[in-house]
Amino acid sequence: MKKVFMLSAAVLMASAGIATAAQCTNDTWNKVMSRGKMVVGVKADYKPWGFRDESGNLVGMEIDMAKAAAEAMGVDVELVPVQSSNRMQFLEQGKIDLMIATMSDRPDRRKIVGIVQPNYYTSGTNIMAPKALGLTKWEDLRGKPICGKQGAFYNKIVTERYGAKVIAFTGNAEAKQALRDKKCIAWVYDDSSIGSDLASGNWDDFEMPLSSEDDNPWGLAVPLAEKDCIFGNFMSGLSYNWLQNGQLIEWEKKWGIKPTSFLADKKERFKDWIE
Amino acid sequence: MIDFIRQFFLDLYEVAPRWNFIFFHDPVQWERVVEGFWVTLELSVACVIFSVLIGIVGAWAQGSPNRVLRAVVQGYIQFFRNTPPFVQLLFFYFALGQFTPTYSPDGWLEVPVITNVGWAIISLSFFAGAFNVEIFRSGIEAVPDSTKEAAEALGFNRLQTYIYIVFPLAFRVSLPALNNNLVNLVKTTTQALAIAVPELLYQFVGIWNDYPSAMYPSLTMVFLIYIGLVGILVFSMHRWEKAMRIPGYGL
Repeated sequence: MKKVFMLSAAVLMASAGIATAAQCTNDTWNKVMSRGKMVVGVKADYKPWGFRDESGNLVGMEIDMAKAAAEAMGVDVELVPVQSSNRMQFLEQGKIDLMIATMSDRPDRRKIVGIVQPNYYTSGTNIMAPKALGLTKWEDLRGKPICGKQGAFYNKIVTERYGAKVIAFTGNAEAKQALRDKKCIAWVYDDSSIGSDLASGNWDDFEMPLSSEDDNPWGLAVPLAEKDCIFGNFMSGLSYNWLQNGQLIEWEKKWGIKPTSFLADKKERFKDWIE
Repeated sequence: MIDFIRQFFLDLYEVAPRWNFIFFHDPVQWERVVEGFWVTLELSVACVIFSVLIGIVGAWAQGSPNRVLRAVVQGYIQFFRNTPPFVQLLFFYFALGQFTPTYSPDGWLEVPVITNVGWAIISLSFFAGAFNVEIFRSGIEAVPDSTKEAAEALGFNRLQTYIYIVFPLAFRVSLPALNNNLVNLVKTTTQALAIAVPELLYQFVGIWNDYPSAMYPSLTMVFLIYIGLVGILVFSMHRWEKAMRIPGYGL
């Protein structure tokens, strides 16, 4: 039995090309430097972090971060729109060099991609529901159809914790359309994104009635092999500086995002003692 | 035995974190797979039956003396055969879904009488049905005129000739092409993912989103299950083809 196991494990590992060596090859960093361009995976459907403006350009808070990172490295930037369900694979397969795509930092994800510390943002789970329903607590969702987005980690949580029936669509647009069509009683998503939807004026009959749960920090990611190498360390330092000097708070303001206590707390904690 | 399997895959996950066959050691994920399997099976069986029925009726209507009926069938074929099934699914569910009757359990929610599974069955059956009409037409055209004339001479009317003479012969000619189309149909059921039908792929996408380390195992399972499903379909169609052979007819 042990033999069979070791053999199949060896075969699988060989086929997956898993690198067990802890040495730094800095492949991605060197590639970026030698071609003078960094390819960054960002969201294109997540206002105001990453979305398309009226002329079709990718803009948003995370796009500003991507540009700033490339500038700090002295290279050009190329933006590649990614989805929640494929962003980690894009990074793993080298289609992108860096991922800044509203990704919550989860233990299982750390095994796949090199999530860089410190985290740069945070969001909790909440719902957008019609005011007419007057929902007040999470328990109101039990047994009810809830629209969701494939790839969000809290789909599982609201299913298990509150017995909601999550109908997960491939994109936000479909899920929100289904909510408007009254196919579900609520749309479960990040509170920060729902907040900006509500502020847009297109959702006047809707509200965000619950208290947010599972506040979860967001992480940007480099390929796993580079996390403790030049690239990972570089991005760690950059993230730290952005938190420390208030750059992230600036961007938050620029993009009209409701100020989070996360960024304020971090700025306070990292405050320079010589002042 | 179950414990052995569970332990085996847990150990594997320890050694190779990229190969987390979570559905073999987590009962909740296993249930998702089983649930998805049944939905896929339900979709496949329903769509195969309806699309073949549509094919039979459509092919008969195509040969009708009524010009309007022929035009309707032709329009149907052009529309469904020439547009992507993915777009059809979205259109049926979101656009047509608005015009179907709904009921409201809580005063706000409008639960359509036709669920997303229902729309998937309707949309995919019509899609594959359009091909089936053409497949059966090719079979019907292969039946010699002299055979039909002989039936007429025996006093059969058009419908009787179709039911007792033309279709049974045409069906045998059509089987290989039909086989192809039905295999395609079973695979196309994965596209119902677009309207959140909880079929196999939907469940597996859900699993690998919840557990990124389960992506390769999930995809492997999807392949294996579809190879199995299509294998069973192809096997039984071949058996059927053999059983229906008419010795000496040259088919």
